[in-house]
Amino acid sequence: MGTDFVVLSLVPLAIGILVCVSCALLGNFLVLRRQSLIGDAVSHVVLPGIVGAFIVTGTVAAGAMLLGAGIAAVLAVLLIEIVRRVGRVEPGAAMGVVFTTFFAAGVLLLEQSDTSSVHLDVEHALYGNLESLIWLAGSAGWAALLDPAALAALPPQLPRLALVTFAVVLFLLVFWKELVIGTFDATFAESVGARPGPVSFALIVMVAVAAVAAFDAVGSIIVIAMFICPPASARLMTDRLVPQLAWSVVFAVVSAIAGYVLAGYGPLWLGAAYSVSAAGMIATVAGLILALACLAGPRRFGTRTAARRRRPPPRRASHHQSSISNSLQV
Amino acid sequence: MSTPTLIADNGRTLGESHPDSPLAVNGLTVSYGEKPVLFSIDFVVPKGAMVAIVGPNGAGKSTLIKAALGIVPRIAGEVTVFGAPYEKARHRIAYVPQRASVDWDFPATVRDVVLMGLYREIGFLRFAGRRHRERALACLERVGMAAFADRQIGQLSGGQQQRVFLARALAQEADLYVMDEPFAGVDAATERAIIAVLKELNGAGKTIVCVHHDLATVPDYFDHVLLVNVRKIADGPVATTFTSHNLQATYGGRLAAAHVEEVAVGREAAGEGR
Amino acid sequence: MMAFLTALALGAGYNTALVTIGAAILGGSAGAIGTFVLLRKRSLVSDAVSHGTLPGLALAFILMALLTGDGRNIVALMVGAAFSAALGLFCVEWITRRTRLTEDAAIGAVLSVFFGFGIVLLTVIQSLQTGGQAGIAGYLLGSTAGMLRSEAETIAVAALATGAAIFVLRRPFTLVCFDEGYAATRGIDVRLTDLAMMGVLLAVTVIGLKVAGLVLIVALTIIPPVTARFWTDRPERMVLIAAAFGAAAGYVGAAISASDRGLPTGAVIVLTAAAFFAVSLVLSPVRGLMSGLATRLRFQRRVHERQGLLALARGEAIYDPLTIKVLRRAGHIRADGVATLEGRAAAAAAVREEALWGLYRRLHPDEAGALDHQGLAPIATALPPDVVADLAARLEPADTGVR
Repeated sequence: MGTDFVVLSLVPLAIGILVCVSCALLGNFLVLRRQSLIGDAVSHVVLPGIVGAFIVTGTVAAGAMLLGAGIAAVLAVLLIEIVRRVGRVEPGAAMGVVFTTFFAAGVLLLEQSDTSSVHLDVEHALYGNLESLIWLAGSAGWAALLDPAALAALPPQLPRLALVTFAVVLFLLVFWKELVIGTFDATFAESVGARPGPVSFALIVMVAVAAVAAFDAVGSIIVIAMFICPPASARLMTDRLVPQLAWSVVFAVVSAIAGYVLAGYGPLWLGAAYSVSAAGMIATVAGLILALACLAGPRRFGTRTAARRRRPPPRRASHHQSSISNSLQV
Repeated sequence: MSTPTLIADNGRTLGESHPDSPLAVNGLTVSYGEKPVLFSIDFVVPKGAMVAIVGPNGAGKSTLIKAALGIVPRIAGEVTVFGAPYEKARHRIAYVPQRASVDWDFPATVRDVVLMGLYREIGFLRFAGRRHRERALACLERVGMAAFADRQIGQLSGGQQQRVFLARALAQEADLYVMDEPFAGVDAATERAIIAVLKELNGAGKTIVCVHHDLATVPDYFDHVLLVNVRKIADGPVATTFTSHNLQATYGGRLAAAHVEEVAVGREAAGEGR
Repeated sequence: MMAFLTALALGAGYNTALVTIGAAILGGSAGAIGTFVLLRKRSLVSDAVSHGTLPGLALAFILMALLTGDGRNIVALMVGAAFSAALGLFCVEWITRRTRLTEDAAIGAVLSVFFGFGIVLLTVIQSLQTGGQAGIAGYLLGSTAGMLRSEAETIAVAALATGAAIFVLRRPFTLVCFDEGYAATRGIDVRLTDLAMMGVLLAVTVIGLKVAGLVLIVALTIIPPVTARFWTDRPERMVLIAAAFGAAAGYVGAAISASDRGLPTGAVIVLTAAAFFAVSLVLSPVRGLMSGLATRLRFQRRVHERQGLLALARGEAIYDPLTIKVLRRAGHIRADGVATLEGRAAAAAAVREEALWGLYRRLHPDEAGALDHQGLAPIATALPPDVVADLAARLEPADTGVR
């Protein structure tokens, strides 16, 4: 049992947890800035970047893919800003125009290029294949964790995601004050030189990095779910920012573990002889947690009165968008 | 008229012409597309003055201070703060945005917001320490909000929120306070508390610039006034500038002549209404 | 190329022609309803709706597979998709209303969770001992290849029905988008109208699933309306233009897709729409990139020229390097900063213009406020000659002097 777990489940679980935690941490700021859907947009635009990198380099090497995806993400953010400003449309619509176009381009590129030899298809891009990331060298059981040769044979996604999670934590620590001030009051932030524009752009770059790194392992849908569901649930639990981040990490870890276990063993418990998509199940569990938080979270109503709770005032959303654009002009 | 030369005293800059002015603005123009929001505003704030920026809705009052502080891009014009470009004098300004411009449901306490005023002092890569917390508390004390330090900001009333914003500005220990509608939607007690703090600051030699919407209180609260409606209509001491003629020119047909007469002439009118 | 032209002329077989026409009607309907949704600032709600269809699709497939042995019944799939999308829409509304979360978070949460759960159900389907599993995958990215005749007919008829619904409801939709309060005073139930709007959006999404796929159908409700925005500011025209762009994208895209292998219908339709958008973004004379940039530069120069001339007339210092450059280029000043003869004449003219405009603003503040250019246009071109003559007559000599 122990050996089976180490070989089959340890790495997917660890990767799932890392993806969920890194996305959820950044997601707190996206939710507070009313930019939740940036995560959605970025994880869609990654597809043409990855396919483009494959066409250019002819390999599925991680470095090229990550670079291609990163370039596509930054390009998309720039385009969203241009569409929003020139067309004077709401940020959501500008985002919708750009990310669907990018995704369509990715789908077309994929169909047009010969990717049959490599593991690259749209379904994979959408929901990944977490279960396939097994660690054959872990056949020695838990002892393998101490064996350098076995460790060297770990799926490369694991160290990569560990690095990204570390980078996310570092980013939040270094720019904590700037992120908080810029999120709460961007005009004030501008006036004290906290550079809200560049900082929001950096946040989006980090979102892209997290999405791109996670994408390869788990697909885009879980990434979107993790950017939004744990932070949104956490927001309904507390009125303080640091506890909110802590709650979001807890929810992310619970979603990852419970989702993975339910996907692998749930159908067996129900008497079926197959397992279901772990990525899909993790998103489902995150959604269930959010549903519970919506129904019973102690701070679910926030401090707004019922009358004002209807729809967000548009000015703040656009405000942050404009601070992004300021940074883009630099 | 002598032959006009372009650059007065060849090569002097705006800052050199007004080295002491906390805020000097020359030819400031802001536009959205081809519609100017502000057109060619020239304005020099005297040191130690208490200035009201007055004008009808949509006259560009808020845009004026945002453009002066570099928050909104301008298409023409120069601005200096204490004789230097804004970026170099940032630490000498405390800017208080409109209360309604932020989401008060943000997960932060009153103290957290005031600590934002210490942003420059805390410095890069550092977090607020005990000293900063005490400073924040002292600023809250000055606006009568010390008891609320650990309260979530969304639980405050409008007046209390404005006091917190003022405390944040106090924490900046600036020489110029630029405030956008500090009295909008606050209760009478808060209005008195805020003006008391502003007068105290003014007494200590600080300069105050407020976008202000209540004409009746202008003569009571301020000593200088800038009347704008896209263009500058007039500026100067309240006694000579805040006249019914100038107000009529600022507000046009939108303000009944009788009302203009009342607020411009009668200082006592300010006291009666409240 | 020949294949494309044949398909464009509806000559590539009955099914292909039907699909092409269906895609055009669908694109038109999506563009029209998308415009209303855009004007209500709720474009990305359609993203939640489209992703929200997946669990319903999958459940309907499983149900039909268990009952009949084949899950590919387009009507059942559409009904299932509509039900779960409606549930998703309800969740978005409920979360936005009943919790502190904002609409963007609600949309993102619903779309990712519904989609994730849908993926779980898809893996269940893959393990079912039944045929047609591949059929369901077509709904993810859209595929019209090998579409059954009955399916194509269903799509075309349903798309036509939504188009008719939009036509019937266009008045209340427009009113509610334009001015909610006014619509209410005219006896229109705003909530009901919003609900109808979302209902039509849902219908268009569900019908379009098979053609464009659920990841991309949202593009058809967003891109054409945003494109239309570059050509007009008037809501009625915007709806028509968006519908036209949407229909053209559907028609051309479906024809291209039918002309060769490896051209997925959804992606090609979306890219066709995106091409229309890109052209509009750059070239639109109303608010395109080119004209916007040119206008801004021209306006900035005019402002600087006017300011410089006024400063010249008043003998004031000019600090701004751009002002100096503009004046020098126009020949108003010499390299050493001294005004030329022409410059002094222009300065005097500018002062007079300013004085006339100032007088106009004083005498007619409301009319002056309604003007867009705040007195930068020559007064003789902006106002009727009799008004200008009247102003000139009233102008006091002091007004043209140094203030």
